[in-house]
Amino acid sequence: MYRYDPYDQKIVDERVAQFRDQTRRYLAGELTEEEFRPLRLQNGLYIQRHAPMLRVAVPYGLLSSSQVRKMAHIARTYDKGYAHITTRQNVQFNWPELKLVPEILAELATVEMHAIQTSGACIRNITSDPFAGVAGDELIDPRPWGEILRQWSTFHPEFAFLPRKFKIAINGAEQDRAVIQCHDIGLELKRDAAGEIGFRVLVGGGMGRTPVIGAEISAFVPWQHIITYCEAILRVYNRHGRRDNLYKARIKILVKALGIDEFRRQVDDEWVFGKNGPNTLTEAEVARVAGHFTTPAYETLPAEDAGYVSQRAANPAFAAWARRNVLAHKVPGYAVVVVSLKDPSRAPGDVTDAQLDLVADWADAHSFGEIRATHEQNLVLADVKQSELFALWEKARGAGLATPTFGLLTDMICCPGGDFCSLANAKSIPIANAIQARFDDLDYLYDIGDIELNISGCMNSCGHHHVGHIGVLGVDKNGEEWYQVSLGGSQGNLTSIGKVIGRSFAAAEMPDVVAKIINVYLAQRQDGERFIETVRRTGLDPFKLGVYGEAAAKERKQNA
Amino acid sequence: MPKIIRNGQLSDDDTRILILDESQAPEELALAAGPVFVPFAVWQAHSGQLSGRAGLGVWLDSHEDVAELVPDLERISAIALNFPKFTDGRAYSAAALLRTRYGFKGEIRAIGDVLRDQFFFMQRCGFDTLQPKIGKYSDAQLEEALASLKDFSTPYQAAVDQPEPLFRRAARAA
Repeated sequence: MYRYDPYDQKIVDERVAQFRDQTRRYLAGELTEEEFRPLRLQNGLYIQRHAPMLRVAVPYGLLSSSQVRKMAHIARTYDKGYAHITTRQNVQFNWPELKLVPEILAELATVEMHAIQTSGACIRNITSDPFAGVAGDELIDPRPWGEILRQWSTFHPEFAFLPRKFKIAINGAEQDRAVIQCHDIGLELKRDAAGEIGFRVLVGGGMGRTPVIGAEISAFVPWQHIITYCEAILRVYNRHGRRDNLYKARIKILVKALGIDEFRRQVDDEWVFGKNGPNTLTEAEVARVAGHFTTPAYETLPAEDAGYVSQRAANPAFAAWARRNVLAHKVPGYAVVVVSLKDPSRAPGDVTDAQLDLVADWADAHSFGEIRATHEQNLVLADVKQSELFALWEKARGAGLATPTFGLLTDMICCPGGDFCSLANAKSIPIANAIQARFDDLDYLYDIGDIELNISGCMNSCGHHHVGHIGVLGVDKNGEEWYQVSLGGSQGNLTSIGKVIGRSFAAAEMPDVVAKIINVYLAQRQDGERFIETVRRTGLDPFKLGVYGEAAAKERKQNA
Repeated sequence: MPKIIRNGQLSDDDTRILILDESQAPEELALAAGPVFVPFAVWQAHSGQLSGRAGLGVWLDSHEDVAELVPDLERISAIALNFPKFTDGRAYSAAALLRTRYGFKGEIRAIGDVLRDQFFFMQRCGFDTLQPKIGKYSDAQLEEALASLKDFSTPYQAAVDQPEPLFRRAARAA
């Protein structure tokens, strides 16, 4: 993985000093609340319901074991013994003391970590495929490009005060695992007919209040020009994006207002001036950064480890875990392991200090010392020998990190919601836990199969409800918490935005509502269809009928 | 006398920023003597007469397009770009455009909600003169605030103050 050189380290160290002084001036009354707010946000620091929340950047989701140990230390020393993996692959601490945040940042800097631009109206942490470098369908490794764009966007002087936040995601495989169609800029690495690397560029996607699927602004931008091209997009947005209305300030609104063709024309007009300029990438720089993402020293192993086969045959619980949480690796004899953070006793994505220490140990013992964070709020050990899976599973099971439900109904994406977040309209964690409690029969979950249930506590959509096969959105009705359900959303290559099925529900109704939806699916399912395939084929009507009943469905039809 | 930061140094400056209220039309204007930045609308209405006047600059608000000044740039010695709020980042692009695309060599001054924690970004985008928010800093505080110009010693990306990105400036070890 990328290791800092003295330049990288100095920038992060200087950030710590800068923020230490800003915090001092704030506490001394020299900086007003209003003046301090964007400064702390650009350092990932929110003021939440109970305490500040610090969001730490995990560039493109990649962590070293020493970084994970540092996270454990921070959770233990400055927080209440746990951290939270976010839906943009970052890490959040929910209980730090404001005046100690500079200390935390100083500690993070010692392991090449920071909280730069994890919030605020700037270019945010860049996300990517958690299986980068190990997935069989990978065409081009996205990680060097993530790092190159991280460096370019870090403290970019022109784009520190954009109309609104700006999120970039990169994917380099046949299957999109980075939700690139729902980002302000989505980058798909590809090769042209001559075999040259470049990017298909999508713009103006996003979730939030107005979910939009990104439009293609360029079918192919050669790699040398990706920085100048992104700068052209950002400059058009910075100058012309709306600043009069917070809800209309994202780039998607500008792209919609102008139309993609006019927006593209403006970007191309701007690009003329930057293209081939000093920000044009060089082969030497790409080679330097790519040199940090070398292939680990894999052993030559049989494609299938005999011991792994017999262990699965002998131990059904291990076999269940292997079936769901162990994924194919491009190198024979190796496997990708999803370390589940969806134990029903905890909030989805939460991980304790002790667990973090253990995961770091397992990474050192079994996976070349690296860990990935996923936007689906799990951790990944990406390079485990098949012959070591059983030993790893036994350890993970003992630590509550082997919930064998990856990709199933209870492997939910869920924002922190009203329990923590001051933006939320409703709680989301209790809904997730209630659904997990209702669906605790593994055989039943396996029968339901692949399905994505995503929960957001408000319109900001941190829980990605718009692209959940089942999406749950917390809404406020006269001061009460209600939940709106949508169906048919999807991430990946066939990204789609879910449609709301009807009136919203009280919290206590939610497990039943999900059960009714699942029952409709099981009744309608044909030929081993996955849930989303059934929804796409049948449309929403059978599900509305199943959830609201005949009378309600009729009434709705008449009113429609 | 109020203080500004010019090329990283504090100096006295009594340039006025002329702000028209709603009752004042740009066409009917009598300018008092002394250095002044006039609004873009005033410049448009009187550019013939104002050209060449010593100590005269033009200021643009954040929604006004610097491209409209381009035909006049040779006749303008100083341009001020307003930050109505420090979170309105349009003037960063405007300053960068003036310096790079339009080759403006005169003074570019940041005015309005100009705070020390943005000095570094302003300087990088081509502002040579920073006029801190009126009444915000004491002289001593402003002296201290100069440190913010040096928050980061070696930035990654190219900008007006450093036209080459780090990967072209430095031989970075792999």
